[in-house]
Amino acid sequence: MDEQARREYWRQNVRLMSVLLVIWALVSFGAGIFFADALNNIEIGGFPLGFWFANQGSIITFVILIAVYVWRMDKLDKKFGIDIDDYEGEVHHS
Amino acid sequence: MSEIQVWTLIFVVLTFGVYIYVAYASRVSDTSGFYVAGGGIPAPANGAAIAADWMSAASFISMAGLIALAYNGYGGSAYLMGWTGGYVLLALLLAPYLRKFGKYTIPDFVGDRYNETARLIAVVCAVVVSLTYVVGQMAGVGVVFGRFLEVSTEVGVLIGMAIVLFYAVLGGMKGITWTQVCQYSVLIVAYLIPAVAISAKITDWPLPQIGFGQILTELEALQSELGFGPYTEALTGSGQFNMFLLTATLMFGTAGLPHVIVRFYTAKNVRAARYSALWAIFFIALLYTTAPTVAAFAKYNILDESQAGTLADQSWFDKWADVGLITGVDGGAVVDTNGNGAIDFAGSAGNEVLINNDILVLASPEIGGLPAPIVGLVAAGGLAAALSTASGLLLVISSSVANDVYHKRINPQASEQRQLTVARISMAVAVLVAGWLGINPPGFAGQVVALAFGLAAASFFPILVLGIFWKRCTAAGAAAGMAVGLAITAAYFVWTLPSESAWFFLGKDPILDIAPVGFGFIGMLANFAVTIVVSQFTTKPSETMQELVEEIRYPGRTDLVAKHAQGDV
Repeated sequence: MDEQARREYWRQNVRLMSVLLVIWALVSFGAGIFFADALNNIEIGGFPLGFWFANQGSIITFVILIAVYVWRMDKLDKKFGIDIDDYEGEVHHS
Repeated sequence: MSEIQVWTLIFVVLTFGVYIYVAYASRVSDTSGFYVAGGGIPAPANGAAIAADWMSAASFISMAGLIALAYNGYGGSAYLMGWTGGYVLLALLLAPYLRKFGKYTIPDFVGDRYNETARLIAVVCAVVVSLTYVVGQMAGVGVVFGRFLEVSTEVGVLIGMAIVLFYAVLGGMKGITWTQVCQYSVLIVAYLIPAVAISAKITDWPLPQIGFGQILTELEALQSELGFGPYTEALTGSGQFNMFLLTATLMFGTAGLPHVIVRFYTAKNVRAARYSALWAIFFIALLYTTAPTVAAFAKYNILDESQAGTLADQSWFDKWADVGLITGVDGGAVVDTNGNGAIDFAGSAGNEVLINNDILVLASPEIGGLPAPIVGLVAAGGLAAALSTASGLLLVISSSVANDVYHKRINPQASEQRQLTVARISMAVAVLVAGWLGINPPGFAGQVVALAFGLAAASFFPILVLGIFWKRCTAAGAAAGMAVGLAITAAYFVWTLPSESAWFFLGKDPILDIAPVGFGFIGMLANFAVTIVVSQFTTKPSETMQELVEEIRYPGRTDLVAKHAQGDV
């Protein structure tokens, strides 16, 4: 990657990361803690919604967030011409 | 021997045999294999190993009890969200970049990115955090052996030590990783089978995550009838604020724990490190979404028995009372104080029994009336959880000593063979120390484990993230940030923790109502602030270092990282 490609790659990476981290905070701290009381007025499948987010929903969201990250980063790598051989060319350990 | 003991013995011998065989088959002969499994673990296996490494005796044995009994439902969600949410931070902010950097340990990264002072502070943090943590695991092994096989805690810990000693010394990270893959399989099966069976028995849904929605209304009715507060009600005011602090501390602490971060070095490459994080959170979520269901079903069953007046007639009740994990309210024998002919478990006056958090999962198959083989399987699962975490922690201790202190500081010329010998010896010593502490736990051990997260959040997380994302973050800044974060967090613990548990705790009132377990988040903010401010006024990292930090952002082979790995930069 040349200088400009690198800058673009990093910009897109940081943007993806920011979006995912905002969702991370909104679901766990927001729906699971600060808005839990209000959300508890809604009930789905026997669960008060705030309680469900704190017990189940936030964890499920975390799995989805990392899945989206991995998927989008794969696409980003591909777009910038990084393929399987490049990964294998990474330094191992020292 | 009872039927349950026979089955427990069968499962324990069987699983231990598998661990030993796997460890023998994956023994290593070089330092790269010993520290990072040669960096060649496929992502799904690495994810399972991370999950087993991560899910300790606390996750497997204690967490459901913590939710159902200690926190009475909703409040315990801090642990569920806190111990999983950190993986989002790890996956997005740390794992790919640290893997690209390609070192053996966390102090290694800190030492290379910053300087030797920072490396030493990092070594001390890594060893202290890991050692306090491992004591809890050894104690967990003792509980399982003591209850299910009726051997003493000492013998239980010794058996656990012998097993860990064998596979950790022989196979290092490679042996540990493949054993952890097996241990994950054992522990998840052991956790899910009883949960599914109980859900299918009580509700129409075998999937406990859906099934437990059906008993919440009845559970709430029982809770209020027996004088407990509402199970699903959200916290408000200072309770809510402290829940936020605790959740945040556990999340950032998870992302700062050396034994978790180091797992990403074992991935094949940057892409595999990302996938490892995905597999890890998936495998962890299987247990973490099930834990609150185990909590709710067990609480429901216990309250139901209590209301019917048949609690003390249950076979599990006496067994756990015998080992002192079910007691009367004063900690002595269980007595029918109000003379109504039954033992009452209630949330207010009239309660006659204390149930220890740790028995809920281990007893849940018996509470739910499941057959003996399942009880034995759960015991083997508890052992798998404790042993897998213990071995991961011991590796951090051994590699910090052998790589960061011996090789990097004392004898840089040491041959490969020599380094490996030192690593094996320090591993063996670490196992012995952990075992000794497991048999003679210090009085404050219980609290220290909970606080390890606060210390990890306040020390490692900020300087790792800034070290990657901010090229101009300086060594002086990082050292000052770590020192301040650690110092104020430790000081707050000393200030607030109950004075009876250790002579140096002061037992003062918390400041602004902040519970000590949640203070790590504030220590972390202080670390960030100090690191940033001091970095503004101190010598910038060299051009080469800034270029190196730039390069770890891009996957694939890059020149400077390659040169750095060969020691040319």
